[in-house]
Amino acid sequence: MTTSYLTQYLLMGLLPLALFGYLIGRRKIRAQQDPAARYKTSENLFGWFAVVRMLVPAVIICAGATILDLFVDSFEVPWPMFAATALLLAAGSMWLAVRAINPRLKVRTMIEKTIIRVLLLASLISIMTTIGIVLSIVFEAVNFFRLVNFWDFLTGTTWNPDSATIDEDGRTQPLFGSVPLFAGTFMITAIAMCVAIPVGLLSAICMSEYASLPLRRIAKPALEILAGIPTVVYGFFAAITVSPLVVDLAAKVGLDASYTNALSPGLVMGIMIIPLVSSLSDDVISSVPQSLREGSLALGAYPSETIKRVVLPAALPGIISACLLAVSRAVGETMIVVMAAGLQPNLTWNFLEGMTTVNVRIVDALTGDQAFDSPETMAAFGLGFVLLMLTLCLNIISLTVIRKFRLRYE
Amino acid sequence: MSMPIDPRSLKKRKNSEGQFKALSFMAISVAGIFLVLFFSDIIRKGYTAFQQTEIKAVITYSQTIFDNPRSALDPRINPLVSRGVTRILPMHLRENPQLLGQTEEFWVLANAEVDQYVKGKPNRLKPNEAALVDELLAEGTIKKAFNIGFFTNGDSKLAEMAGIFSAAVGTLYVLCITFIFSFPAGVMAAIYMEEFAPDNRIMQIVEVNINNLAAIPSILFGLLGLAIFINFMGLPRSSALVGGLTLALMTLPVIIISTRAAIRAIPDSIREGALALGATHWQLVWDHILPLSLPGILTGTIIGLARAIGETAPLLIIGMVAYIQDVPRGLTSSATVLPAQIYVWSSESIRAFTERTSAGIIVLLVVLLTMNAVAILLRNKYERKW
Repeated sequence: MTTSYLTQYLLMGLLPLALFGYLIGRRKIRAQQDPAARYKTSENLFGWFAVVRMLVPAVIICAGATILDLFVDSFEVPWPMFAATALLLAAGSMWLAVRAINPRLKVRTMIEKTIIRVLLLASLISIMTTIGIVLSIVFEAVNFFRLVNFWDFLTGTTWNPDSATIDEDGRTQPLFGSVPLFAGTFMITAIAMCVAIPVGLLSAICMSEYASLPLRRIAKPALEILAGIPTVVYGFFAAITVSPLVVDLAAKVGLDASYTNALSPGLVMGIMIIPLVSSLSDDVISSVPQSLREGSLALGAYPSETIKRVVLPAALPGIISACLLAVSRAVGETMIVVMAAGLQPNLTWNFLEGMTTVNVRIVDALTGDQAFDSPETMAAFGLGFVLLMLTLCLNIISLTVIRKFRLRYE
Repeated sequence: MSMPIDPRSLKKRKNSEGQFKALSFMAISVAGIFLVLFFSDIIRKGYTAFQQTEIKAVITYSQTIFDNPRSALDPRINPLVSRGVTRILPMHLRENPQLLGQTEEFWVLANAEVDQYVKGKPNRLKPNEAALVDELLAEGTIKKAFNIGFFTNGDSKLAEMAGIFSAAVGTLYVLCITFIFSFPAGVMAAIYMEEFAPDNRIMQIVEVNINNLAAIPSILFGLLGLAIFINFMGLPRSSALVGGLTLALMTLPVIIISTRAAIRAIPDSIREGALALGATHWQLVWDHILPLSLPGILTGTIIGLARAIGETAPLLIIGMVAYIQDVPRGLTSSATVLPAQIYVWSSESIRAFTERTSAGIIVLLVVLLTMNAVAILLRNKYERKW
């Protein structure tokens, strides 16, 4: 119950104390200054000075106690007593600050230094989030890889985590070969890319080179709407509308398609990723210097020849990294595959059959009723680990390439 | 000196130019066609859910309603009526005790199959029941009314009773938590990085890291929420608090990136002017940079929040998809959100849930599109060109 205690204590104790400190700090400096030479703003600053001096130790000690309570198992912070101590400390620190107040004190500098430190802390939250993601996944994944050999996990072709529960005493090794899952992920990603990259790239070209202003005014918001549709909605659309359509069409051609085929989530995911590809490539294409285009056009080339022979080669690194980001997005996309792809691991080239993916298995393992330390749940973290590494590599490569590319033409 | 130009090659080039141009316009129209198909499909599937079939019943209120509510109904219409009446009728009587012993015309909910039949959708109504429904329709004792329950009820196992109210409240809670935790931290981080940060290796890492965080799959944030907020810090599972915190971490990079862009758009003359007049750096930030970049910051924040409330995958992982009927009573009680509700309904096998799912999607899309439109209006109205 640390959170509720801390909030209560912060609200009930520190707020009145802060108000009191503010008023008393202002009053103190007012008494010391010549009333004729009064600056209202700087009086307020002395009030803030008292507040800051009071809050800093209180917040530090709170954070320290919370960390101790969370990380050291045997240590249980006696919260009521702790709250009293912290409030006393805050009050004491405030008293010292008020005592030290005199007109020559450089309060503005002190306050601004504190503010900048707080801002620095805020900018480190993102780093801590990344560390948090990596740690939380690695920690559980290590437990999993103690049970299952990492190499077997990467190269095994059978995914059957349930076999331990099916036969109790025979050959009871559950099988965690992740190849079928990654095959499904890559199959759906590949289908999505076949849709997203050509359509996204061509629409970026159209927007930046051919489209008239009215068309751009319509097309840009349309793409933004496409990007704003939640993935769960795309998933529903893929499962309820596209899948039956695909099955019907396949039946017309004489093919047998499953309702959980890989094609429909792939197609819908491709549509979902079009705005990402087109906006990134649009950026890249428009950062190619105009002089290159003009040079080519002046030599008599058609716009399409200019695009194909001059603009695209110049923009290639940026476009490749846009594609990598799109792949990373597709690999990490969850809701569409959870709703429209199958649950059965299936190692096949036929995209009309049901296939499952890494993300489907993660969601399935963590939303079921398994105990948290069951191998299947831990396997979800193992899969999450590989997913993290994969997307991390794709992102970092593409981000560095884009950065370098931007620098080249700046 | 002139080079001979082969007219055929010229023609070929011209053709290929035309083809390429047509191709690129086709690519744009793919997006447009999809949008039209998508919206018409969802609306066609979902608009019927805003109406609900009701049956007129003459009800004599007596004590037996508490024990056997169905006994108060005409046995002829009994099989057509929703099982929900066993809750609705006693509740109605309890709220209006003066009705005891009186007789009243009461429009009761029809069950999902009757509802689907009346709306002309696939159903599993038996032929004799269907005939009865046709008869009652002709009599005018079955009607379609505006479906208030859809907006005031929580989730239910009965399609005709299911509504989005508890999910909407849950979404509101999650949205508030996300905003409270991500907005100040994001803006503060962006200010530090743009204004105060030294240009050193650590800040470069922070920058790469933020861009990378914006591209990490959302499901991994769910794993983080599960491992850190729930297992490590012991916050209650499937609560709005955990959901909001997880989404806040996801929204943070979006807010940071858009805030930095907004700050960077302010011309140096403003900075130099303030500094020349003797403002300290913080005074410059607080009095000039923040007010001037506020429209840009708010636009980015609204877009980030809209993305957060449409997000489902991390919430699946931290257990916000459980069957939750009641409105969450606080930040730490079990809650669900609109997209999660849509997910739960979409996996129901009963056909009647399909239209509820689509109707839920319509509501969610209206909310999200409104948020995005507000953001764009805000940007167009207050954005200054320097």
